[in-house]
Amino acid sequence: MIFYDAIIAPFADYGFMRRALVACLALALGSGPIGTFLVLRRMSLMGDAMSHAILPGAAIGFLIAGLSLWAMSAGGLVVGLAVALIAGIVSRATSLREDASLAGFYLISLALGVLIVSTRGSNVDLLHVLFGSILSVDNEALLLVAAISTVSLTTLAVIYRPLVVECFDPGFLRAIAGRGSLYHVIFLILVVLNLVAGFQALGTLMAVGLMMLPAAAARFWATTVWSLAAVSIGIAFVSGWLGLLISYNFDLPSGPAIILTAGVFYAISIFVGRHGSLRNRYFPGAHFHT
Amino acid sequence: MTASIIDIDDLTVAYERRPAVHHASGSFPVGSLTAIVGPNGAGKSTLLKTIVGLMAPSTGRIVRHDLPRRAIAYLPQQAEIDRSFPITVFDTVALGLWNEIGLWGQIAGAGWRRVADALAHVGLEGFGRQPIAALSAGQFQRVLFARLLLQDAKLILLDEPFAAIDERTTEDLLAIIRQWHAEGRTVIAVLHDMDQVRQHFPQTLLLARETIGWGPTVEVLTADALRRARTLAQGWSNGHHHHAEHAA
Repeated sequence: MIFYDAIIAPFADYGFMRRALVACLALALGSGPIGTFLVLRRMSLMGDAMSHAILPGAAIGFLIAGLSLWAMSAGGLVVGLAVALIAGIVSRATSLREDASLAGFYLISLALGVLIVSTRGSNVDLLHVLFGSILSVDNEALLLVAAISTVSLTTLAVIYRPLVVECFDPGFLRAIAGRGSLYHVIFLILVVLNLVAGFQALGTLMAVGLMMLPAAAARFWATTVWSLAAVSIGIAFVSGWLGLLISYNFDLPSGPAIILTAGVFYAISIFVGRHGSLRNRYFPGAHFHT
Repeated sequence: MTASIIDIDDLTVAYERRPAVHHASGSFPVGSLTAIVGPNGAGKSTLLKTIVGLMAPSTGRIVRHDLPRRAIAYLPQQAEIDRSFPITVFDTVALGLWNEIGLWGQIAGAGWRRVADALAHVGLEGFGRQPIAALSAGQFQRVLFARLLLQDAKLILLDEPFAAIDERTTEDLLAIIRQWHAEGRTVIAVLHDMDQVRQHFPQTLLLARETIGWGPTVEVLTADALRRARTLAQGWSNGHHHHAEHAA
């Protein structure tokens, strides 16, 4: 059966494909909702900058312990959080706007990370760090990714209400409950955690893609926060699944294949999405008569 | 002399060391209905934010008499709210129950009815399932007033509640403000329309960073005092915005 051969067989036949698929599911569950909030908070650029900021941290971990999952993750987490913090302080304490300060930080991070990896590793190591290798995800990495998704979803459930209000009407939240910035900081930690998870599978350059593209595409299909998150999860997972198949069948690198698949969903959504798409704008159909 | 609900004691609030409110003192009496007016950059919003606790005094202090955070309701300027946010009218209004449900509580049966009643009160019956993005500025302001109704607060602070709002909505919302006043709640509103202030607000605070006048509206809004406020505003420089002022 052609359908079975194309869609199911690779996963049935190979353990590494199954692990990659499960990794995609775990990544989608964490990155979907986080990406949704990034888009709603107009922090897309922040996500981008933080994903690059993980690189020098992971590189330092690599320098100390080689291609060790834990060392690179811990390094990425620490440096990612530090850069988010410092960029925030720089934009608040100086006249530089936050987007410029973030752009500055991520360019420096990227250059520094590549430099550090190059001092000891080979080009293969560098490619691994930059673009990841979801097909070589082992059980240990899978556990890490799944653990991060679990922590993300649980934490989001706990802070969901204040986080939503803080995006939408920050003055109200601070007036009625105080501590608006607490939820912002918790959210930033979740962003970095999920980027570290994505970094294992997709590399520093691609990790943010599975966060932003599905969330941006979901804006054209859903109109409430929870349904946006659900659609994002769906698009992210299907992108992972189709991307892996494309990568397997055509012998292409898996990370870019997954992100490009998500990109195709994004493009389709821009054109034919149900809310605010080009189709709505130029072919609105009959208007309601009341 | 009536008791005061908020005392302002030699208050200075600064943004990046530039004072927005400068050595202001005075009291809001319990149950008063006060308009805060003044030129742009006069510190009106800053004063409200400091009373709510969103900004900290640089010097001086604000004394809230027997007034916990939950007894204060605050309406931010519409510009500070993301009106494209994917949230329904019902959910927005239900936030007014925050003091009762907190971070995790659920809305009980009576709560659902109260949200529906509040929506009906502001003339938006049946709008509950609409996303707020579909509303006009006037309708959205009605939604925020419904939320204020649910908060059931002793002190209600309104930051430019009628900016860019249609006349009909303004009338309806003014009626709600009068009702709050009749119920003995203290209402403080930042406003620009002097005729509206003269007509509906018995007390006025004329602010130009410092207090120019504070008391019965007819005594405060004199041509002389308004001219003084304008002259002061013209003296504020150092990169501050100079919009055409509409406080006349």
